[in-house]
Amino acid sequence: MPSTLVIGGGPAGLAAAWAAAQVGDQVTLLDDNPALGGQIWRGGVPAAHQRFLDPSITVRTGVQIHSANQIPAADRLILATGTRERFLPFPGWTLPHILGAGGLQAMVKSGLPIAGKRVVITGTGPLLLAVGAYLRKRGAMVVLIAEQAPFSRIAQFTRELWREPAKLFQAAQLGWGLRYRADAWPIRADAGSITIQGHGKIPCDYVACGFGLVVNTELPALLGCAIDAGQVVTDSKQRTTIPHIYWAGAGSVDRSILEGQIAGFDLERARPLYPARDRALRFDRRIDQAFRLRSELSNLAAPDTIVCRCEDVPFGAVWQQRDWRSAKLQTRCGMGPCQGRICGPALEHLCGWPASSVRPPIFPTRLENLLDERR
Amino acid sequence: MIRITINGRSLEVAAGTTVAAAVMTIQPGFRRSVSGELRGPLCGMGICMECRVTLNGHRHERSCQTLCTPGMEVVTDA
Ligand SMILES: Cc1cc2nc3c(=O)[nH]c(=O)nc-3n(C[C@H](O)[C@H](O)[C@H](O)COP(=O)(O)OP(=O)(O)OC[C@H]3O[C@@H](n4cnc5c(N)ncnc54)[C@H](O)[C@@H]3O)c2cc1C
Ligand code: FES
Repeated sequence: MPSTLVIGGGPAGLAAAWAAAQVGDQVTLLDDNPALGGQIWRGGVPAAHQRFLDPSITVRTGVQIHSANQIPAADRLILATGTRERFLPFPGWTLPHILGAGGLQAMVKSGLPIAGKRVVITGTGPLLLAVGAYLRKRGAMVVLIAEQAPFSRIAQFTRELWREPAKLFQAAQLGWGLRYRADAWPIRADAGSITIQGHGKIPCDYVACGFGLVVNTELPALLGCAIDAGQVVTDSKQRTTIPHIYWAGAGSVDRSILEGQIAGFDLERARPLYPARDRALRFDRRIDQAFRLRSELSNLAAPDTIVCRCEDVPFGAVWQQRDWRSAKLQTRCGMGPCQGRICGPALEHLCGWPASSVRPPIFPTRLENLLDERR
Repeated sequence: MIRITINGRSLEVAAGTTVAAAVMTIQPGFRRSVSGELRGPLCGMGICMECRVTLNGHRHERSCQTLCTPGMEVVTDA
């Protein structure tokens, strides 16, 4: 029986594992989190998608893959490591009441009581609205959702949503009654407050702050898969540039599920899903355009604002450096335990350096080589 | 409910609660940065490493990726 290994158990990885099991593969699914579900299904796979939890799939949770030789042998490898939030440094952003937008949501989903707490949500993207709606449902006082994108761009995007009535309805439902303001972004944080452009200093218990999502390309990059503009390069069957290695997900839930199924199925069953996947991809690209970061955000960090939280490197020490390499060597920026996963995407925006947070392997690791070594 | 201790203080949490969520209910800071700043969780998903604590004597464990288990002893640096 051919074997498939899936790394990442969010919507994409779950759909991929299920589809691979449908075509008769022996499937193993690994995830770093204590439970399956990834970001959006943290706390439980919804009833409509329970079928993905096929009992024939071997599941191992709490396993983080950070090197090629940790990867168990398989005939086919499907990577579905999802996304993380982008954080942009501003004065005071390292204070403990400032969390990621998805970060605070994850904390509440995993047991943090939020009822009665004052929360300001800021940054960019549809995630802010989703987090606002979720936190309000759990009893938080969502004081303000401050979105950096200009009002004109959001208005245009909303007009385009008429073509996708289901999505418009979803957005309206999420946003109903929430104080949502465009052209607004964080200026500085002090203990117990946040100052928002155009809205002044707002007292709060927590700030949920995220500037969009970045793809977790570290593992595919480590295995030698081509990456372009922060995305893993794939063909229409979700194959990466390395034989037997597939990539799926890191988009909206709909697209992530479709990509997972396309990666997991055989060609015959995958092909009919291509048009829906391509449509979802186009929609995701429109979102990326509407919520692209405005240039003012490059000026938020002061010279003494920490950019690398692991090594406490201030922006002033980094910004004169030529490139990532010299920043690492001269200042230790990105050399700490997160390996540049937080400061990398920030400096990509602030300095225009490509967020190459992992050292690419000198010789791309080929799955066949790994398999041969162990056989 | 599950009983754990955080810096010697006893606390009851619901099953399925992560160590990070449990610590946040009683104190904002989890660790001191290399220059001495008080820090707490940022990403909530195992990437930033700001939520590291000592769990049953094991140092530098990511508390956001770990569920509370009965009798667990959590020690923070801050
Ligand atoms: C913090 C956060 C919150 C979000 N909240 C929402 C929301 O409320 N609503 C919404 O519509 N969208 C949300 N999104 C967008 C969301 O990413 C997509 O909707 C969708 O979940 C993508 O699915 P995925 O399977 O590609 O990735 P994910 O759901 O991100 O799943 C990836 C999985 O891979 C695992 N993983 C990653 N690297 C490794 C590794 N090296 N070893 C082992 N396992 C690994 C992770 O633990 C994770 O479980 C959120 C995104 C983020 C980053
Ligand atoms: S909060 Fe980022 S690793 Fe735990």
